[in-house]
Amino acid sequence: MSVLRQSATELLAKLNAGEVTSVQLTQAHLDQIKQHDGQVKAFLRVDPAAALARAKEIDDRRKAKKPLGLLGGLPVAIKDLLCTEGETTTCGSKMLEHFKPPYDATVIKKLKAADAVLIGKTNLDEFAMGGSTENSAYQKTANPWDLARTPGGSSGGAAACVAAGMAPLSIGTDTGGSIRQPAALCGVTGLKPTYGRVSRFGLVAFASSLDQIGPLARTAEDAALLLEVLAGHDPLDSTSVDVPVPKYSETVKQPLKNLRIGLVREHFGEGLEPEVEKAVRDAVEVYKSLGATVKDISLPHGKYGVATYYIIAPSEASSNLARYDGVHYGHRTNEKQMVAELADERNKLVAAGKTAAAEALDNPLVRMYRRSRAEGFGPEVKRRIMLGTYALSAGYYDAYYLKALKVRRLIRQDYDVAFNEVDLIVGPVTTSPAFKLGEKVDDPLSMYLVDLYTVSANLAGIGGISIPCGMSRNLPLGLQLQAPPFEEERLLRAAHMFQQATDWHQQFPAMVPKA
Amino acid sequence: MSEPYTIIIGLEVHVQLATRTKLFCRCSTKFGAPPNTQTCPICIGMPGTLPVMNREAFALGLKTAIALNCQIARFTKWDRKQYYYPDLPKGYQISQYDLPFSQDGHLEISDPKGRFKPKRIGIIRAHLEEDAGKSMHDEVSGQADSKIDLNRTGTPLLEIVSQPDMRSPAEAKAYLQELKLLLTYLGVSDCNMQEGSLRVDANINLHVDTPEGKVATPIVEVKNMNSFRAVERAMEYEAVRHWEVWQETGQRLGQVPKQTRGWDDTAMITRGQRHKEESSDYRYFPDPDLVPVVTTDEELAAVKSSLGELPAQMRTRLEAKYGIKPYDSDVLVSAGQGLVDYYVELADLVGDGKLASNWVQQDVMRTLNEQKVEPAAFAMRPKQLGELLTAIQKGEIDTSRAREVFLEMVASGKSAADVMKAQGIEKVDESELIALCQELIAANPKIVADIQGGKPQAAGNLIGQAKKKNPNINPGRFRELVVELVGKM
Amino acid sequence: MLSRADVEKVSLLARLELTPEELERMTAQMVQIVGYVEQLAELKTDDVQPMAHALEVHNVFAADEVRPSLPREAALANAPHHDKEFYLVPAVLGE
Ligand SMILES: [Zn+2]
Repeated sequence: MSVLRQSATELLAKLNAGEVTSVQLTQAHLDQIKQHDGQVKAFLRVDPAAALARAKEIDDRRKAKKPLGLLGGLPVAIKDLLCTEGETTTCGSKMLEHFKPPYDATVIKKLKAADAVLIGKTNLDEFAMGGSTENSAYQKTANPWDLARTPGGSSGGAAACVAAGMAPLSIGTDTGGSIRQPAALCGVTGLKPTYGRVSRFGLVAFASSLDQIGPLARTAEDAALLLEVLAGHDPLDSTSVDVPVPKYSETVKQPLKNLRIGLVREHFGEGLEPEVEKAVRDAVEVYKSLGATVKDISLPHGKYGVATYYIIAPSEASSNLARYDGVHYGHRTNEKQMVAELADERNKLVAAGKTAAAEALDNPLVRMYRRSRAEGFGPEVKRRIMLGTYALSAGYYDAYYLKALKVRRLIRQDYDVAFNEVDLIVGPVTTSPAFKLGEKVDDPLSMYLVDLYTVSANLAGIGGISIPCGMSRNLPLGLQLQAPPFEEERLLRAAHMFQQATDWHQQFPAMVPKA
Repeated sequence: MSEPYTIIIGLEVHVQLATRTKLFCRCSTKFGAPPNTQTCPICIGMPGTLPVMNREAFALGLKTAIALNCQIARFTKWDRKQYYYPDLPKGYQISQYDLPFSQDGHLEISDPKGRFKPKRIGIIRAHLEEDAGKSMHDEVSGQADSKIDLNRTGTPLLEIVSQPDMRSPAEAKAYLQELKLLLTYLGVSDCNMQEGSLRVDANINLHVDTPEGKVATPIVEVKNMNSFRAVERAMEYEAVRHWEVWQETGQRLGQVPKQTRGWDDTAMITRGQRHKEESSDYRYFPDPDLVPVVTTDEELAAVKSSLGELPAQMRTRLEAKYGIKPYDSDVLVSAGQGLVDYYVELADLVGDGKLASNWVQQDVMRTLNEQKVEPAAFAMRPKQLGELLTAIQKGEIDTSRAREVFLEMVASGKSAADVMKAQGIEKVDESELIALCQELIAANPKIVADIQGGKPQAAGNLIGQAKKKNPNINPGRFRELVVELVGKM
Repeated sequence: MLSRADVEKVSLLARLELTPEELERMTAQMVQIVGYVEQLAELKTDDVQPMAHALEVHNVFAADEVRPSLPREAALANAPHHDKEFYLVPAVLGE
């Protein structure tokens, strides 16, 4: 079997057994990128020479029997929302086209320390805002299963590259479903950890109280391996929690006994495509066959999740993105031209006797801010900045932002009640398989509703995982498992149990060679 | 007061806390570094960076708030105050909005010169926030680019907001002096106004007496006051200006938008500042990158017990224990803990608080100023000075000669006894003094007649003659003897 | 309901320059989205504590110990306009 179809865990075993080198592995994935990424467009930047040099260095150390990190030579792709020191980090935005952070994100440091080979930076919706990766300022990523369709988003490049055999492991971020939804639509395994489990330092913020970094991989076992590297307390992130990190890569293989799973009544309402519902119900049967008991539960405030999310996330985003003003870094408009235009406008107004209008013109600094931001941000980012600015503005704060924070608590409380009765909540990730590129571009609200099943976990701060559970029209479908805070281990073990009993995670699109 | 109005003043003071590092990153806060050399990705607000609260900054804030008698919130959080300015790299300032860590305190002020009665100035709140950077504008042509230095960005500030409780410029100045003294005693700030460690904004308006009762005039915020003296002057200027505007326009509070004016210390006037083009809408919301701070009763009690004696308590104690006047206790306490320690040791040694106070306020403080040393580093210790004062008390030396001895002690580092011995100063025996007195009375019948004729000051002439004959005589005792002996004649 | 003028005001607050067409489209989309999120009004939340954080963590502090700052060259490296000492912006006098 081609290395491009093997799990990271299998590849690591081969590396350690000397059956393959990191250089060979890295080269194989680079070749696959070279051959197919022209169509998939998962990567924004790949530096083959640097990746191969790194792989060689790790191979040398392995040969010299020096100790190696947990990922010892495995290629890992990085969502371009994570800062990499001295390397361009664009966040899929024209605003940061030339931005080179003088620091690594904490997770990048951890990956380097674990001897990962960073193979390239993957495409995303601009600043992670979107569910289709069509909002990137650079390129639209395609779904490897059907190039006319979306890979999902915002971690579309991260999911597509794993599905397309371009990287065995990849790092995504999830603010409202941005790991789980593309994982589902691309047929890979993607985990959003509990808020606070993984350091956010160096993750360019979209909505700080919702953002989490997590692994995308071919199997739950691989996700466990990668999460073990990523997780842990970081003194640079006040919201990273100081709790012990289990050895996920070891415990993942232990099946869960007497598993109690909950099916959420409200998940099976209108909008859910029958084939998705069938795949989810079939998956539940699999769990039953593995000894699980199933309970019907309710998350009564779940239906308010999207509305709550689309107040809180844009509010935080409007603030987080205020720093992009073209002063200290990032795009700045052509100043001379702008100042000249402004003078021209003023003169015309004064000449026409419209002094009040002339007075009301922006001063050069304000005009510089407004134009730089107008040029640097795409439409979806602007929309969310506008929404958030409005929701936080005087007179609306209580009705929108504060109200949303209260509903957020109700959503969390629903989970607390539910987890008194069940160990895991099982349900769909999306209402349908991957939609066509361009299908929802002109209808922001319908795009937002794609997040229906995923946003609640972010609002509540709990972990969730998406694993392949079926196919519809030759497109993958995902199953979502959600667990109480800091129970990633339970998610991974349950996911592994499922993958031991099924082979949905071993399906590959045609572009991934069999041998 | 004769004017038909009352002045109402409230002050907002920003104090830079004496931490080594910034509020949310570990860049140094040292003053005077070359531009943009004390910044890091966090205080530049680079994408993906996160703030972590400086423990010392919170501790210093807590200490100050407790000393200001504030109620301490058991739960406090951090908010983002959002506005765009090039010296604010994140586009928001991390501050505190609806749940400041402390509120509702007070500070007692008094005037040793008695221009106003002692009073209590309310503190609305004290909260922590980060400073912005520095913008330098082309003041000449207004055309060149503005320059931005982010060294100061993120420096911890404590904002202390008073109630509008001050009724005169003198009270405003006294409040600032007392606040500065307290902050200095606590060691929470160096309060250096030149370096921007202490900044003052004032809100002022008038309550005018009218036939329909008191009427409030519009509140004006005054900025750019670079010394306490400037605050006093600006308030004096504004009170008059408000009164003139009132007489001219009759404008009341709420009828015009709040105005901001800047004090020009050279021209000695305030000038209206340009309005921002949009009404400020700061869109405060809780900073999701920072977690709340919870303070327990035990922690509060620990801080409280660690405060030590504060200036007001110290003044009261000095007055009660050493019998000195409020004016004197004020001078001593205002000079700082070191001088008070020096004074207390000296006063205890000589058992005379007033004598010790006179010497410390005059001779010691002058010498400290000349030598530019702290009391603790002053070579002449209270024990050595005490020996000199004891000699005065025993009548071995008079005050004016003692001053000469003091100077010699400072210059040579010798003890009082050694200097006095070298200068031949010794106590004159009482019998010797009586003999001298009798001799001079006999030799000066005219002066004796003057004294007898009701001019006791004529005795001065005899004292002068006596000092020539024996410089060591005690002039006080000699005068007593003259009066006594002449009286017996 | 949100008007075009409201949206224009928000665009200044958000420091975004919108063309007349963008303003038109933005107004329509915001009306639609705000209309959707307004469904939260139907919930009674008087006794509910707002939840700003997804975790119950308090009192996270760092020690007051100086760490090296960035060399100035590195600090200014990403700035669109600087003079090797300062960041530069178009002249604005005063506040
Ligand atoms: Zn810094």
